[in-house]
Amino acid sequence: MEKLSRIGGRILQAIPPVFGVIVITFLLTRALPGDPAVFFAGLMADDSTIAQVRAELGLDRPLPVQFLYYLRDLLQGDLGNSLSTGRPVLAELAERLPASLELTFAGLIFAMAVAIPLGVLAATRPGSWVDHLCRVLVTAGVSLPTFFTGLFLIYVFYYILGWAPSPLGRLDFLYLSPPQVTGFYAIDALIVGDWEVFWAALRQMVLPAVTLGLFALAPIARMTRAAMLSALSGDYVRTARANGLGGSRILWVYAFRNAALPVLTTLGMVFSFLLGANVLVEKVFSWPGIGSYAIGALVASDYAAVQGFVLCMALLFVVVNLFIDVILTLIDPRVGLES
Amino acid sequence: MAPLLKVETLSIAFKTRKGEVQALHEVSFEVAPGEVVGVVGESGSGKSVSAYTVIGLLDQAGRITHGGVEYDGKPVTGRQRELRGREISMIFQNPRAALNPIMPVGQQIADVLKRHALAGRTDARAKAIELLRQVKINDPEERVDSYPYELSGGMCQRVMIALALACSPKLLIADEPTTGLDVTTQKATMDLVRDLTRARGMSVVLITHDLGMAAEYCDRIVVMEKGHVVESAPVAQLFTAPKHPYTQKLIAASPGPRSELADLTGGLPEAPPSIAPPRQRAPGPERLLEVVDLVKEFPKRGGGLFGKKPAPFRAVDGIGFQMMRGESLGLVGESGCGKSTTSSIIARLQDATSGSVVFDGQDIAQHPAARFARMPERGRIQMVFQDAHDSLDPRWSAAAAIAQPLRRISGMRDGAAIARRVGELAEMVGLPSNLLSRYPHQLSGGQKARVGIARAIATDPLLLILDEPTSALDVSVQAVVLQLLDRLRRELGMSYIFVSHDLNVVRLLCERVIVMNRGRIVETGTAEEVLHAPKDAYTQSLVSAIPHFEPERLRAS
Amino acid sequence: MAAIARLRYTMSENPLTVIGFALFGLLAVMAVFGPLIAPYDPLATRAVNALQPPSLAHPFGTDHLGRDVLSRVIVAARLDLGIAFSAVALSFVIGSALGCLAGFRGGWTDRIVGRLSDTIMAFPLFVLAMGVVATMGNTVENVIYATAVINLPFYIRVARAEVAVRRNAGYVQAARLSGSSDLRILATQLFPNVLPPMMVQISLNLGWAILNAAGLSFIGLGVRPPAAEWGIMVAEGASYIVSGEWWLALFPGAALMLAVFCFNLMGDGLRDMVDPTRRT
Repeated sequence: MEKLSRIGGRILQAIPPVFGVIVITFLLTRALPGDPAVFFAGLMADDSTIAQVRAELGLDRPLPVQFLYYLRDLLQGDLGNSLSTGRPVLAELAERLPASLELTFAGLIFAMAVAIPLGVLAATRPGSWVDHLCRVLVTAGVSLPTFFTGLFLIYVFYYILGWAPSPLGRLDFLYLSPPQVTGFYAIDALIVGDWEVFWAALRQMVLPAVTLGLFALAPIARMTRAAMLSALSGDYVRTARANGLGGSRILWVYAFRNAALPVLTTLGMVFSFLLGANVLVEKVFSWPGIGSYAIGALVASDYAAVQGFVLCMALLFVVVNLFIDVILTLIDPRVGLES
Repeated sequence: MAPLLKVETLSIAFKTRKGEVQALHEVSFEVAPGEVVGVVGESGSGKSVSAYTVIGLLDQAGRITHGGVEYDGKPVTGRQRELRGREISMIFQNPRAALNPIMPVGQQIADVLKRHALAGRTDARAKAIELLRQVKINDPEERVDSYPYELSGGMCQRVMIALALACSPKLLIADEPTTGLDVTTQKATMDLVRDLTRARGMSVVLITHDLGMAAEYCDRIVVMEKGHVVESAPVAQLFTAPKHPYTQKLIAASPGPRSELADLTGGLPEAPPSIAPPRQRAPGPERLLEVVDLVKEFPKRGGGLFGKKPAPFRAVDGIGFQMMRGESLGLVGESGCGKSTTSSIIARLQDATSGSVVFDGQDIAQHPAARFARMPERGRIQMVFQDAHDSLDPRWSAAAAIAQPLRRISGMRDGAAIARRVGELAEMVGLPSNLLSRYPHQLSGGQKARVGIARAIATDPLLLILDEPTSALDVSVQAVVLQLLDRLRRELGMSYIFVSHDLNVVRLLCERVIVMNRGRIVETGTAEEVLHAPKDAYTQSLVSAIPHFEPERLRAS
Repeated sequence: MAAIARLRYTMSENPLTVIGFALFGLLAVMAVFGPLIAPYDPLATRAVNALQPPSLAHPFGTDHLGRDVLSRVIVAARLDLGIAFSAVALSFVIGSALGCLAGFRGGWTDRIVGRLSDTIMAFPLFVLAMGVVATMGNTVENVIYATAVINLPFYIRVARAEVAVRRNAGYVQAARLSGSSDLRILATQLFPNVLPPMMVQISLNLGWAILNAAGLSFIGLGVRPPAAEWGIMVAEGASYIVSGEWWLALFPGAALMLAVFCFNLMGDGLRDMVDPTRRT
């Protein structure tokens, strides 16, 4: 009961950031140099279209009123229409979001699977080769421009070795995409039991996911190592040892669970980086997610689409942070209690 | 009887940036079954290092270069792992940090029980509750599910004792178990340790810097200095006839209920008394300070969206007192009693919620603390802080720190004049002038304390507030600093408010003492009255909780 | 003297830091004297010379328009470092001022500044930068502003936290007793003590700022062709990777990586110097 109320409090705390995000996206739409109506109407528009757009957007009203209109549209799920296709931005984003999420999560899982064991090992054996490897990886990892790593991997694994499929999209054109359930190709293929498509989707995903993962690996490994080191030198670990508790129980239950708290907090930050890097990786691998959609929109000066993309990413990030906070609340009894 | 624990010619070296440093030099001592041995020494004496080596938890940088540890007749060096918990266990200082913050305390106890196969999944909880009851925690059925942050420091220490005694070991090592706890909690905790270990026939190694506590709870005492054991003797013998000069110095420096300031350094003054005659101050009202109805409230957080806002917490609850020119007044109480808040309001670092502070005929509480910094009165009330290290900016040299009030308050601009005055002040506090160019991290604790004092007297204040100025210092350094403070007061004609939790120390410097509890004054009187014939119940418990050694009593026993 | 000894000690402990500082020297030379050292005109196109693999005449090869890749990589240093330095300088000045104030004053100031930085942090930062450049206009100045905005929360947080832990330190109280005003305390006691951790932040941040600026130009924001800039060069070379002309993207990409690596090494080294216990 007490936990539930703290989780409830946590969810309430997500309201101000969401509001902040909406205000900033709104301000971004109004901060366009020149007349926003001209931009939203597109390059080909004549005066009457522009006037029509201006009235539609409520640009002739005072700013607070415009904001209320903006809020109303948002609540109705109206992000405007894309200039290039004429379709609602929301629908286009929804279509492409699963592709981006599949890639981002694959990258995150890969990064966590490598970085957390590496960080723990490095912390338990300070000064050993694992520790040095960890240090090098951590420093090198944050220095890698994602788009460059992606190209490098393509050159090696596609052009030279020929192990990877051509870096174009989510699925080779030989295959049909599986019927949509979750929108994640690998999972959808598994649902219908189509192993061939599953493998094809997985193969297609390996290089971009590794590219993303390499980028996310460094901060996670760094924080895991630091948090484990500080937990292992903590007074409570000393107490546990003085009372004769076993090595693995001390390592995993006493040290790791405490170290998991800062690592989880870092994951929020890492996810922010990943969502940004995702845009670049999608461009490199022609991945049909919302990142490449946004790049296309940028080139076409399709502002409604760009705004929709920014808002969508920000809300996604708020949700992820909320999720992390809820997990933190469940692990750490002290969270949410400020004394 | 064969000793239970035998530490034999143990030498330990630590790897540091500057090469290996020898921390222990052939340390030997024994602990008989059922015996309580105190290991006593000042910081850097190696007392904790010996204890950690005994239980096998030495830091990785430390290395045994000679000798070893025998337990129950068998050498166990390097193999203590099997013994920990079952045969030997340990309790630490800072109990709250020493418990796993995200695990209920009962589960931590159950973990230890299960590890040593003394409980299964079904009965672990019941046994944990039983252990909590044994360490006298109220409502053990409730507390078993509490997290450490929900318990007070004293309660956490009890939980740690329960953890350590869970598997009935034969030897308990207690490393400064009550440092940071209040005197009354300290006494309760140590009594508990004594009763429980005595009932189980356990041996105890008590590591402490407090001679009084060692005398009160130990059978035998091992005195350590700089990694050497200098003396080891039964308690009565050690205190009545100490052999080693260091032991003698240590005993003399520990203030007891009857010691005099001059005794602390064995009758020798710390420095030749200065030739300056007592200072003649400009006359003023006889009454230097009058505090009337002083209240300080802190808003409490919480209440939430729908709950009522909780009533503010009253740290200082309507206190009032007076002090005369040239007087020295002690302000005594346990942590949270409001003594530090009171002193920082008088020092005008904090604003009071209500009440007045009439200093030298003027109500200074009217001026907000932020503005007071630039008023001429600023220089007449100064303060010496508890933590000398923290009170010095790490980036300022000693000279710069002392010069700060000269520039800001006295308005001195001329570099040469400032340097001359800084030199004078350094001489007054006995700080060698070659140390003036050093930075805080290059100075010892005693030297930093002197810098803090020199800075505080730089503007020739009328009133000096001393906020536990010696509590972070070793006793031998404390002795010297106390004598210095006493001499400065006489020479400069200052008044002191001495804030401390230690009545024995306060008594040395102050004629009159105010005892505070929960924001109120519970007793006022001369230091002798309060210490030897306390009237208020709280003062009585406070006085009786002070651990001390009285040679007469020990001789009699 | 002590500082130099400490520097030398840290250097000998961690040779990587030395490499970091050496790399930084190299980058600085490239940025300052770029056009003088570059063997060719970075913008001169020669169609006959297009897509030449690395050779003695063109150590890094030539691109699809026959421009010398080495010259372009060298000259680009000025633009890339310039963007990063201006952005970081902006966010350092604004961020540390806001952060110090929030940490020192507490209360409302703290809440407003905290809300501001939380709101920025609620966006995935690169995406926010995209949004800012897209709406404010596709220019190099706007890339600088966008990068500055997304770096702002880090400076605010570091400055705020460092000031807040020291706000009630003994030496601050002592300075008050010595008659110093709040402003003076902030300037002479708090800020100098906050500076070292801020330097670490600056160094680590520079690398990140370069990555962001290059990322933006990679997707076509900010710097426009034919200007020489590492991100844009990688973008231009990207389409040639699948046909095996690796040098177009590799060399600017490597330069970018080395620059970021260098700032990270320096940051780590500085961190060790500032606080040996926080070493990771």
